Amino acid sequence: MNNLLILLKKEFTLELRRKSVISGIGLYLFSLVFICYLTFNLRLNAINAATWSALFWLVILFSAVNTVAKSFIGEKPGAWVYLYMTAGAHEIIISRIIYNFILCLLLALVGYGLFVLFIDNPVADQGVFLAGLALTCLGFSASLSLISGIAAKARNSHVVMAVLSFPVMIGILLMAIRITKNALDGLEASASRDEMLNLLGINVISGALSYLLFPYIWRS
Amino acid sequence: MKLWMKVTAVVLLVYTHTAGLLFDVPRLPILNETIRALYFHVPMWFGMILLYGMSIYYAIRYLRNPLEEYDIRSVEFAHVGTAFGILGMLTGMLWARYTWGAFWHGDPKQNGAAITLLVYLAYFVLRGSLENQEQRARLSAVYNLFAFAAMIPLIFIIPRMQSSMHPGSGGNPGFNAYDLDASMRIVFYPAVAGWFLIGYWIATLRVRVRKLLLIDTAS
Repeated sequence: MNNLLILLKKEFTLELRRKSVISGIGLYLFSLVFICYLTFNLRLNAINAATWSALFWLVILFSAVNTVAKSFIGEKPGAWVYLYMTAGAHEIIISRIIYNFILCLLLALVGYGLFVLFIDNPVADQGVFLAGLALTCLGFSASLSLISGIAAKARNSHVVMAVLSFPVMIGILLMAIRITKNALDGLEASASRDEMLNLLGINVISGALSYLLFPYIWRS
Repeated sequence: MKLWMKVTAVVLLVYTHTAGLLFDVPRLPILNETIRALYFHVPMWFGMILLYGMSIYYAIRYLRNPLEEYDIRSVEFAHVGTAFGILGMLTGMLWARYTWGAFWHGDPKQNGAAITLLVYLAYFVLRGSLENQEQRARLSAVYNLFAFAAMIPLIFIIPRMQSSMHPGSGGNPGFNAYDLDASMRIVFYPAVAGWFLIGYWIATLRVRVRKLLLIDTAS
């Protein structure tokens, strides 16, 4: 437990020290939103709710994959050895999942803010939307952390990362889009309960699998 | 693989092809004679899931005890499972053309099947981009397990939450509607067993070839 906190603290300190990485991701997100804004060329409410949610989730998906990918890809070999000697595999994967979750959530909230600013805010039920957002981010970090660990070992790891993660993400995204649709239409919260529970179930499964399987990746 | 299993596989498939094409089938609207796809299309998916299951089984065994033999078995079962999946997809598309009017209808079941195939194609890409044999075996076993356990249940859950035109869901006549019809069951069950046995046979042959090649390169 103590180790976990130390590891988390280490992640944040490192992140804040390498400001170029985090600002790079922020800029990536901003460019994506801006491209959406320019290509659709609006602010005239001409965009319908379905298009809004599709664009929003595409932007979040791409930035999340890029953010989590860097959690193992691009790590120096020395850092691997150091971590291997100082911490257990389970502690590392849990700290990475928590850290990536916080990062993804931050990214998604900023993305939402940018969408509201540039495009539109058709969300009728903020509570459901934000709860769905948080659950989705947890799902992204639970499954992408492990996959990034796998992809880090491969040649041209960024391509492999994208190929490996997209099929696994589809289930999470489908649920997220359905929750978003309910939130956009302003349905009552109980209408999205099934989807929320499903998403939670997916998160639990992928989190547990990451926890169980990570030691095998770690060993090399 | 024992001789009796091979003989059974051949006998069952000869039976499936003759009985499946000649026996009487119930007349249902829209489906008509295409109902015979039950003997050829549905067993492909059963076979695919069982073969992927074998692949998972050997992936777990590899992780517990890293022998190259398990890795070879795991990947070959995945190969044959994917071949079954592609055949299932093609037969399904052909069927969809004549009952739904288009090869690709965007039905949740079609999409789910496409996602499953994507997962295993990603698995082969991963194997291709790892050079060290041991690392390739271990990492691909991890991905195999992760993707199967995280994805495949979804493919069975999500289509059930949406309306689908696929027989067996959304109130369409499906397997349960045939329950009363014993004449279809006596062909369907042998067909599933026969197709799976053939898949198993192909996989074991491929495993033997791979092992021979391994000895060849070692000497």
